[in-house]
Amino acid sequence: MAPPTTFRTFRAGWSRVPLIGWLFGALLAVTLERLVGGPLAAAVGLPKIPALFGLDIMLKKPLLIPNAFLYVLLVYGLPMGFATRASIAPANRLAAGLLRLPITVTTFVYIVFLYVIFHVWAEVNDYRALVLKLTLIAIMFTLSLNVINGYMGEFSCSHPGFMALGAYCASVFSLGLFVDTRFFGTALLPPALGPFVFPVALLLGGLLAAAGALIVAVPSFRTRGDYLAIISLAFLFIVKSLIENLEYVRGPRGLSGQPDWANLPTVFLWTVACIWSINNFVTSTIGKALNAVRDNEMAANAMTVDTRRTKMVAFLFAAFWAGIAGGLFAHVLRYVNPGTFGIQSLAEVLAMVYFGGLNSVYGSIVGAVSISLLGEALRPLEIFKWIIIPLLLILVMIYRPTGLIAFKDVDVTALFRPRTGPDEEV
Amino acid sequence: MPVLEVRKMSHNFGGLRAVNGYHLEIDAGQIRGLIGPNGAGKTTIFNLISGVYAPAEGEVSLNGRKVNGLPPHRIAAMGISRTFQNLLLWRHMTVVEHVKMAHYSRIRYGLAGAFFGTRKRHREEAEIEEKALGLLEMMGIRHLAGQVVLNLPYGAQRRVEMARALATEPRVLLLDEPTAGMNPEELVRIMEIIRRAHDELGLAILLIEHRLKVVMELCERIQTLNFGEVIAEGTPEEIRNDPKVIDAYLGKESLI
Ligand SMILES: Nc1ncnc2c1ncn2[C@@H]1O[C@H](COP(=O)(O)OP(=O)(O)O)[C@@H](O)[C@H]1O
Ligand SMILES: [Mg+2]
Repeated sequence: MAPPTTFRTFRAGWSRVPLIGWLFGALLAVTLERLVGGPLAAAVGLPKIPALFGLDIMLKKPLLIPNAFLYVLLVYGLPMGFATRASIAPANRLAAGLLRLPITVTTFVYIVFLYVIFHVWAEVNDYRALVLKLTLIAIMFTLSLNVINGYMGEFSCSHPGFMALGAYCASVFSLGLFVDTRFFGTALLPPALGPFVFPVALLLGGLLAAAGALIVAVPSFRTRGDYLAIISLAFLFIVKSLIENLEYVRGPRGLSGQPDWANLPTVFLWTVACIWSINNFVTSTIGKALNAVRDNEMAANAMTVDTRRTKMVAFLFAAFWAGIAGGLFAHVLRYVNPGTFGIQSLAEVLAMVYFGGLNSVYGSIVGAVSISLLGEALRPLEIFKWIIIPLLLILVMIYRPTGLIAFKDVDVTALFRPRTGPDEEV
Repeated sequence: MPVLEVRKMSHNFGGLRAVNGYHLEIDAGQIRGLIGPNGAGKTTIFNLISGVYAPAEGEVSLNGRKVNGLPPHRIAAMGISRTFQNLLLWRHMTVVEHVKMAHYSRIRYGLAGAFFGTRKRHREEAEIEEKALGLLEMMGIRHLAGQVVLNLPYGAQRRVEMARALATEPRVLLLDEPTAGMNPEELVRIMEIIRRAHDELGLAILLIEHRLKVVMELCERIQTLNFGEVIAEGTPEEIRNDPKVIDAYLGKESLI
C-alpha cells in the first residue's frame, strides 16, 4: 500500500520546506493576487476576486465552484508550490541563520513577516479585512477560554459575559470621551488623542472583565466540587440582562459609532500579545500547576501547590483577555448590543476550543480560524450553520475526544528550525 | 527536640475509628517503620499528618510548630513531603515537569514573571530545572526527563514520585509502600535510593512497608498498627519476636 515512488518523492520535497519558506510562498501568492488578482478572476469567469479562498462563493453560487478552485490554484497553489520548492536551500540557510539570533529577535522577524502577508492579503477588500480582524479576535477569545476549560480542566460558561464587560467598558470610554453622541454628550478630549488612549480603554475593559471574574471565582473555587459551570452560566445571564436593562448604555439597542481605532495592525498586535502572554503563563511552573491540580489535586497539594490561588489567577487572567477581545470586537464592528453575548456566542467559542484541542495554544488557533472561516463560508445557509458546526464537533469528539491538536506545548525553536527531510528526528 | 511529633492523634470515618491515639516522635536522620495489616490505618495516618484530613483529636507539630488544621499545601511547604501508595502522578506532564512542580511554593518570579516571561523567570526556571535534573540523576532516571510519565514502567514511576517528594526540600519524608508492585531488582534499587536520600539529605523518614525484609533492614524502630492502634513498638528485633505482632500480622502472612 505504499504510495508510488514519484508521489513519495514529491511529498518528501515539502517536508524539507522550513516555515520561512512557506511564508515566502504565501507572500508571493498574496502579492501576485494584489497585482493581477482582478484580471485573473475575470479570466477564469469569476465576477470578482473570491474573498476567502473561494469558500464564500461555494454555497452562494455552486456553479462557480470549479472556477473558484481554478482561481485558488492559480493564485495560491501554483505560486506557493513553486516558490517553496524552488527556495528550499536558501530558505533553510536563512532559517538556520535566523535561529542563531536571540530567540526574541527571531520570533519578532517571523511575526513581522506574518503581518506583512496578512496586510497585503487583507488590502484586496474590506470584507477580508473584517473577517481577518474578527478571526484574530476569535483566537484571543478561544485561547483565553482554553486556559479555563483546557489547562485548568473546569467548565466555564461565562466567557461571553467577560467579553461583553470588556466591549461595553471600552465603548463607554471611547464614546464618552472622544465622540459627540446624544447619549453621552459632547466629546471631552480631542479625537486626535484617541488612538493613543485606545490601549487604556481596552485595558480598562480587561480589568472590568477580571473584576467580573472575581465574582464568579470566589464562590466557585471556595470548595471542591463542580460549581463553576452553573455559577458561570448564571453570571452570563446576569451580565446580559444587566446590560439589557441598563438605560445608561442604551439597553437592548446597544451602542454604536465607536471610533475607528481597531485597525488591522492594532488587532494583530493585541492578538500577538495575548498569545505570547498566555503561552508564557501556561509554560511556566506557576501555570503548569493548573495541569497538576487538574490531573491530581491531592498530589498537587502535597507538592505545595495552592489550588485556590492557582485557579483564581488563571480564571482572572483568562477573563482579562476575554475583556480585551471584547473591547477590540466593539471597535471593529463599531457597534455592540447585548444580544451578541448570549448562548450562541458561548456555543461558538466552546466549539472553537473543543474542536481545536484542549490544553494547546496551537489547538486554539486552529479551532478559532477553522470555525470562523467555516462560519463565514456557511453564512448563506443561515440556520443550517448551526447544524453543520455541531455535527462536525461531534465527529471530532468521536475520533479525537480532546480535539485536533490537544496537549501540545508551543516550541518556537522547533517551529522555526530548518528542515532536512522526511526522516529527520522530531 | 524531635522534627516531627504527633500526640494522641485520632480520626473517625463515620462510625469507624480509623486511627486511635497515635503517637510519634522522629528526629532528623531517623528512619521509622510503620507496619500493619491492610486497613489498619497506616495511609490514614499519612493523610492526617500531611493535612489531607484534619485530625479529629490530637496534635501534629513540625519543629515544635503546630501544623494540624493547616491546608496540605502549607504543610508541604513547611517541610513534610510524601509519596502515595497508589502512585498519584499527573498524566499529561513530563518527568522533569513533575519534579519542577514541587518548587511551586518557593518560586519568586511571581505573576509578572509568569505572564511576561521576564529574565528573572527564565533564570529561576533554569535553576529549578537544574535542581530537578540533579534529583533525577540521583534517582537514576535522568534519561527519562522529557518523557510523559504515563508511558513509563512502574518502577520508574515510583522513582518519579520519590524525586518529586524530595524536590520540595522536606525535613520529614513520608513514604507509603514505596516498593509496592516492584520486582526484586527494582526493590534493591529503591532501597538504595531511600538510604541515599537519608544519608545525603539527613531527613526524618517514616516508611509504610508491606515487605518486612525492607522495614527490618532500613528502620531503626518500627511501629505495628492494628485497627488504628499501635499494638507494638520497638527495634526490628523486638518487633520480630513480639507475640502480639505475630498474632496480628506476621502470623497471617508467615514471616516472609
Ligand atoms: N476517606 C475515607 N472514608 C472512609 N473510610 C476510609 C477513608 N480512608 C480510609 N478509610 C478506611 O479507614 C481504614 C484504614 O484505611 P487505610 O488507612 O487506607 O489502611 P492501610 O493504609 O493501613 O491499609 C480502612 O477501613 C478504610 O476503609
Ligand atoms: Mg495504605
